Amino acid sequence: MDLSYSEDEMAFRQEVRDFLRDELPKDLSEKVRLGRDLSKAEMDNWQSILQGRGWLAQNWPKVFGGAEWNAVQRHIFEEEAAGAHAPRIVPFGLTMLGPVLQKFGSKDQQDYWLPRILSGEDWWCQGYSEPGAGSDLASLKTKAVREGDHYVVNGQKTWTTLGQHANMIFCLVRTDPHAKQQEGISFLLIDMDTPGVEVRPIILLDGSHEVNEVWFTDVKVPVENLVGEENKGWTYAKYLLTHERTNIAGVGFSQAGLAAVKRIAKHANHNGKPLIENPAFAARLAQVEIDLRAMATTNLRIISKAAAGDAPGVEASMLKVKGTLIRQEINDLARRAVGPYAMPFASEAVEGANDLIPDPFDAGPVAADYFNNRKLSIFGGSNEIQRGIIAKTMLGGGR
Amino acid sequence: MNFDLTEERQMLRDTLRRFLRQKYTTEVRNGIIASETGISSDIWSALAELGVLAALFPEDQGGFGGQAFDVAVVFEELGRAGVVEPFLDTGVLGGRILGAAGDLERLEAVIAGGLQLALAHAEPTSRYALSHVHTGADGTRITGRKAVVLNAEAADYLIVSARVRGSFDDADGISLFLVPGDADGLTIQGYPLLAGGRAAEVILENVEGTRIGSEGAAYPMIADAVAAATVAQIAETLGAMETATALTLDYLMTRKQFGRPIGTFQALAHRMADLLIEMEQARSAVINAAGYFDTSERDLNISAAKNLIGRAGRLVAEEAVQMHGGIAMTQEYELAHIAKRIVMADHRFGDTDYHLERFIELGIA
Repeated sequence: MDLSYSEDEMAFRQEVRDFLRDELPKDLSEKVRLGRDLSKAEMDNWQSILQGRGWLAQNWPKVFGGAEWNAVQRHIFEEEAAGAHAPRIVPFGLTMLGPVLQKFGSKDQQDYWLPRILSGEDWWCQGYSEPGAGSDLASLKTKAVREGDHYVVNGQKTWTTLGQHANMIFCLVRTDPHAKQQEGISFLLIDMDTPGVEVRPIILLDGSHEVNEVWFTDVKVPVENLVGEENKGWTYAKYLLTHERTNIAGVGFSQAGLAAVKRIAKHANHNGKPLIENPAFAARLAQVEIDLRAMATTNLRIISKAAAGDAPGVEASMLKVKGTLIRQEINDLARRAVGPYAMPFASEAVEGANDLIPDPFDAGPVAADYFNNRKLSIFGGSNEIQRGIIAKTMLGGGR
Repeated sequence: MNFDLTEERQMLRDTLRRFLRQKYTTEVRNGIIASETGISSDIWSALAELGVLAALFPEDQGGFGGQAFDVAVVFEELGRAGVVEPFLDTGVLGGRILGAAGDLERLEAVIAGGLQLALAHAEPTSRYALSHVHTGADGTRITGRKAVVLNAEAADYLIVSARVRGSFDDADGISLFLVPGDADGLTIQGYPLLAGGRAAEVILENVEGTRIGSEGAAYPMIADAVAAATVAQIAETLGAMETATALTLDYLMTRKQFGRPIGTFQALAHRMADLLIEMEQARSAVINAAGYFDTSERDLNISAAKNLIGRAGRLVAEEAVQMHGGIAMTQEYELAHIAKRIVMADHRFGDTDYHLERFIELGIA
């Protein structure tokens, strides 16, 4: 048992730290720190900086142009990047579709699509959830009917994150309406500029536009855009989900968030003393820090196993549940810490509106973040679904 | 012992509920929130006509209520509908101070729906402490800064607290002044609030005000107005929590996944049961706060209730959103606004922790 990082790992951490210090644009990290929305150009810019260093496709094999980092390296990067307020890497092409194409795509598909992900030429989004298929994803209804050398797609996807920026969407579609639910689904790549594709914004409770509805009306998709075999899409989707779950615990975000809460609580005044000295608040803070310290080690234990080649199964579900609860608790502490200043908020939809908002603790929109991050326990398989997976695995009938 | 509302209060409750259900839809409210003033003057006038403001004052002040239960009944309905108009600020905080000062002329205008008020008391570093006032008054000229003043922009008059003697945290030595919204030296920097409505940072530079009440002895007036406002706030939050649980219950019974209503999954059913238990606790806490309002245990019961509503409110808001899933995160769904009202209420008149400490202190004393 040794809790310390190896010398190589520490050298790697230093390398990451130097890179972030030198290459992360200051205006960008300041926007991230203050929870501001980033434009497509800003996200593209950061990703091209990473690609310049060869660090964009961190989980891809070198043969596809990736960094081929192991799980510990990825964890170190994520921790440092969160601490430095780097923008998140948009995951849809890089951590979701990329690995699926590498494992199940044809040589032609790999040669065509993978370089375009690295160059930023294609912005991908994910077409999974539907209004009637959320937690019960396999009940999806969007259908694709083969007509000659095309599929004709009809249906509706929802919760499509950053779909407003995307030119491509990978979709789960029903190709065999008569098969058992999971067995009639295919994995299709659809150009969003095709006639019949319509993107409609969904405005969230904090006024932000990050998710969309995507409608398909008689959309013609060439058959070469089918990934793998027809009606085997569920297998590919499940494979993708295992990749979606790296960094699922969000330990780096929690650590950065906790540091921010402490900074606020040192400056906020409570009955003539710093809030951080207030016993009730200090107790809340200590409680979550205790949980986070254990979580960090749980995360590393599971990551070490993954780095050794074991795919995390039920552990990923555990990390998701506990990791999101801790992150949400930290969001809750941040809004408490700023007191009455939690109430002011202007949606970024109104140009320049945030400049009017008083922010004496330089905390950013902490209450809006608190509400926005309620999504953490809902998306990517809700915490109820994760608990179901844990229970099913542990109590019998495991998959 | 009798836990029924009087017939008059039942009638008022039913009238308000019916009116708001018809007129104050999610769409209407989202339009009001997005508007420049954040207030609908039509809604304000209509509710004033229905007696929302008159119910907050006793007969000798021109109203027909004024008891804590009158306040609670009105605000529970406003909360149920997620009303963002500043009835709490004009009607309870401002109106009670005018009433205590005997300014019946302006109070009449308030009750008729023709006058807006704002209490400019809290300051950037006071957080929830009522006695912390740095803003000073030299005679009737006020200089200082007030923080997150709700309804400041719309207010015809601001009621401004200022220190005339003593240390910044003394309860003694605070005066109240009436300041017209367009007074010289007054700067109002307005902004929207996350849960609807607007507030402002208010900067006073040698602003002329008219003193209300006796010099340096305004603290009890402020404390009384804030006590009543806290009852209004927890009743409003209770109403919002009622809506959140009703929407969730309905959703659990109608939303189907895996071929059956999601409420038939025990994992959700038990959590819904916990919410319903907490709702009963929350209702009792509000009844305690209103029922002990005119006794020596007023503040103890208010702090108990604000703490309980803070805890139960957070649970209800978070669980309601979680059990709905993504739909509850969208602006056009009613619950999104209601959840924001519930949680943001924790940031007015002292949060859960503030009232826990205050309950401990009052219990020892």
